[in-house]
Amino acid sequence: MTEMISITLKVNGSEQAAAVEPRRSLVDFLRYDLGLVGTHVGCEHGVCGACTVMLDGRTVRSCLLFAAQADGSEVTTIEGVGTDEALHPLQLAFQQHHAVQCGFCTPGMILAALELLRDNADPNDEDIRVGLSGNLCMCTGYVNIVRAVRAAASNGKAK
Amino acid sequence: MKPAPFNLLRPKSVDEALALLQAHGEKAKILAGGQSLVPLMNFRLAQPHNLIDLNGVEGLDPIRLDDQTLSLGAMVRQRDVERSPAIAERLPILREAMEQVAHPAIRNRGTVGGSLVHADPSAELPLLAVALDATFHLRSARASRSVAARDFYQGYLLTDIAPDELLVAIDFRLPPADCGWCCTEIARRHGDFAIVAVAVLLGCGRDRRIDFARVALGGVGPAPLRMIAAEQALLGERPGAELFRGAGDVAAQAVDPPADIHASSSYRRHLTGVLVRRALTTAASRVKGRAS
Repeated sequence: MTEMISITLKVNGSEQAAAVEPRRSLVDFLRYDLGLVGTHVGCEHGVCGACTVMLDGRTVRSCLLFAAQADGSEVTTIEGVGTDEALHPLQLAFQQHHAVQCGFCTPGMILAALELLRDNADPNDEDIRVGLSGNLCMCTGYVNIVRAVRAAASNGKAK
Repeated sequence: MKPAPFNLLRPKSVDEALALLQAHGEKAKILAGGQSLVPLMNFRLAQPHNLIDLNGVEGLDPIRLDDQTLSLGAMVRQRDVERSPAIAERLPILREAMEQVAHPAIRNRGTVGGSLVHADPSAELPLLAVALDATFHLRSARASRSVAARDFYQGYLLTDIAPDELLVAIDFRLPPADCGWCCTEIARRHGDFAIVAVAVLLGCGRDRRIDFARVALGGVGPAPLRMIAAEQALLGERPGAELFRGAGDVAAQAVDPPADIHASSSYRRHLTGVLVRRALTTAASRVKGRAS
């Protein structure tokens, strides 16, 4: 048995303190220790993007990060993006453009798209496809996802 | 799919990291960005007893540029290389290469040093290191030394680095400022490891003859390769379609690529010729005109 590591971090704005086994991945910590099951686990080796979260403002694969490495950091998950009552504009765009089918990839897609739109407020379709290229969707064929992100970008401009 | 248990060691300085490496040697593994190592650990293909996490170490992430050299700390994130205006201005081939490394979330975390030392034969950073005659700066608790890229890469996932050594920085020697460049590859999907990757730099003198040529290939051998024969075929000649086709043929003849589930040896050889020709054509179009 390896030594437990004490960590403190901010998750969706709230302070968390915990003792974790070194091999505890960030995504397992979020799901099992904090009960934040909005972040999904797909491939567990960095290929599918379902577990994408923000770490200190940048998207990362939470299956390739140990929870102990997030000590002192700020993590944003899909639960910190919008609420059931007040969806984020990007979530509304996904809803309106039918960019969600089974929904498994959606939290990761939203986080990746948030970073994309933050870095490039007016992306073309190619930019969107490249920005989301690390997130796999087995249902939609991506067309409606690209459409939703494009719509969210234009709504952002209109405001 | 969880990694085997390990101890996570979190040094704050390079000296602390080197002391840990000396103490644990073969039983320790360096954790940089973790984008290659952690998948291997999740599959339990790697089961290090001690993981030395460099993410809290001070001073390993500078980006320094002077007239002759771009120096990158080992923990510079690939995304920061891609986003650096200074690198885009002075060494744009490196930016073009970064855009082909996996995906944004991977590059946010993945480091320059991690990719260089992991030494995947298809990876872009080792390819650029070989193309640009980079110098690897290694440190251990015993000594410091510098190794040229051509000596650093010794075989498939095999480098000159000793178990107690740490890559702390890499220096890329800058090519002539007005030369053209191209880094391109063929992969099954955007962001996958390349089946074949090529990096090309091309400079022309006042008489429009080629006076600087670099051609390097990834994915065609156990380590990235400089194509000296193709470079020789270019030097002193005027750029043109025939010349570039010929240089591609020379490169294709010079390689003996491996076969695997992604591609046969003969397909890789074919891609070598095509990609070298394409890259040279693109690079030639990017050579900045000189005042005559």
